[in-house]
Amino acid sequence: MNHVSSDVVVVGAGPAGIAAACTAARTRQVTIIDDNPAPGGQIWRGYGQASGASGGGDWFSRLRGIAAQRLYSSRVVGLGDSPRTLLVERPDGMMQVCYRDLILATGARELFLPFAGWTLPNVMGPGGLQALVKCGLRVEAKRIVVAGSGPLLLAVAAYLRKHGASIVCVVEQAPFSALSRFGKRLVQYPGKIVEAARLQSKVLGVRYLTGTWVEAASGGGRVESVTLVSHQGRRREDCDYLAIAYGLTPNVELPSLLGCEIHGGKVSVNDRQQTSQPHIYCAGEPTGVGGVDLALVEGQIAGAAVAGDRRTVESLSPQRERWQRFAAFLDEGFALRAELRALAKPDTIVCRCEDVSLERLQRFDSWRAAKLHTRCGMGPCQGRVCGAAVHHLLGWDPESVRPPIFPITVAALAAFGNHSSD
Amino acid sequence: MGKSVVRLTIDGRETAAAQGSTVAAALLNAGLTELRQSVNGEPRGPLCGMGICFECRVSIDGRAHQKSCQVLCADGMVVTTE
Ligand SMILES: Cc1cc2nc3c(=O)[nH]c(=O)nc-3n(C[C@H](O)[C@H](O)[C@H](O)COP(=O)(O)OP(=O)(O)OC[C@H]3O[C@@H](n4cnc5c(N)ncnc54)[C@H](O)[C@@H]3O)c2cc1C
Ligand code: FES
Repeated sequence: MNHVSSDVVVVGAGPAGIAAACTAARTRQVTIIDDNPAPGGQIWRGYGQASGASGGGDWFSRLRGIAAQRLYSSRVVGLGDSPRTLLVERPDGMMQVCYRDLILATGARELFLPFAGWTLPNVMGPGGLQALVKCGLRVEAKRIVVAGSGPLLLAVAAYLRKHGASIVCVVEQAPFSALSRFGKRLVQYPGKIVEAARLQSKVLGVRYLTGTWVEAASGGGRVESVTLVSHQGRRREDCDYLAIAYGLTPNVELPSLLGCEIHGGKVSVNDRQQTSQPHIYCAGEPTGVGGVDLALVEGQIAGAAVAGDRRTVESLSPQRERWQRFAAFLDEGFALRAELRALAKPDTIVCRCEDVSLERLQRFDSWRAAKLHTRCGMGPCQGRVCGAAVHHLLGWDPESVRPPIFPITVAALAAFGNHSSD
Repeated sequence: MGKSVVRLTIDGRETAAAQGSTVAAALLNAGLTELRQSVNGEPRGPLCGMGICFECRVSIDGRAHQKSCQVLCADGMVVTTE
């Protein structure tokens, strides 16, 4: 197997990873790894082909300017067979990448909550649908319901509309009262107000239904209509796509595998973004979902910390606090309502990989027991989709992660040696 | 999105896709919404669009279970749904 060693390795080339790599590269030799074909992460995905992502341009040119080793289409799937080594799957085979310091910037994924019909084709995450459009999916004249919760819904609706889609409505579960409280707090973030105003003009005329959620999706072979509920009652809307998710949830599998302390689903870090493992730093969404501004600040702090640049670390600290406060306001404004927990019916599939229904899970009292008997969470997604749902529905915590963190080929498994033999 | 076009074969039919498109986008653009069947035989299509859920997997150039949302279309590529 191919071995490379690097002074600093950054996993994830989203805003946090790019900022970390650019900052660390001032004094150290850097390798940046991402499983997508190009850097950018979620928000700047496909920027290489299409322009327009605000702020992204500057960071892209900085990234191009550093002398880093870039491993794209490369996924960290586990640990190598010596200390401080990652096992990386590449299109042409496996590779071991050795590091002195490691910066984890693995981002977040969308939070999906099961409801009747959520497994139908053309029901996707809003960010997922947007990612597909960024990568060539055409949505002209498609009728799309954008639903769930969080500020991403409006951003995605605006984006889809710009690409010719007809937005049926945007469905936000948070009540109007909570949203207006959140709106008032934006006063402290003038940039966000400008952003919100710009966004509003792009979705002008689109129905924004607050205190409303999707109860069911139906159709033959793909979604054709959705049933919406609010305290006023029910209604049906026809659509070609349903884009639905309930905010984001941090990707903490790799930090967890590396032994970093995790608290409440987030990686614990100090004011230098250092985890409980002294040579491992973490930045961006894994330390708590906070958006692109927080991700960029944390990335720069982590990069400066490994570069030994204490001045930059200290000077960025007030910004970090400011965006952490913003993240807390977001959490509060878009807190999930209890009714969402009752959406999954006994026969609703919770684990999509293994087709395990809620009633089969409810026969057990822990994730471990349910996994053993139903294979829930043991399919290819390894609990990435159903784990968060099960946590929300049944209160079970996912077990600690065992290698590999992503399913890999048999040939690749052979490279594991002693690390996975327990 | 770049202007140039690549040609690939999807379930035996030749299709054009914009350079830089992923295979998942090309499949949906070609009108295929069901990319695979679940364990119980239900139709499934992409969910996450970002390599997490594995619902978009197809065979690409003879390699089974490839996540079509993370693979770019290329000239001469042969894709079959599972
Ligand atoms: C689907 C989706 C769409 C979004 N769209 C928007 C939007 O339109 N506007 C907006 O303001 N915010 C959006 N967000 C929020 C946005 O993700 C954050 O604000 C910001 O991108 C966070 O940056 P980050 O660097 O922390 O993480 P990310 O941008 O998520 O970057 C993390 C990167 O690490 C990679 N990675 C993770 N694990 C591994 C591994 N094991 N091996 C290799 N690579 C790995 C991921 O593929 C990803 O490229 C979206 C989020 C999601 C999940
Ligand atoms: S759509 Fe989820 S992995 Fe491709």
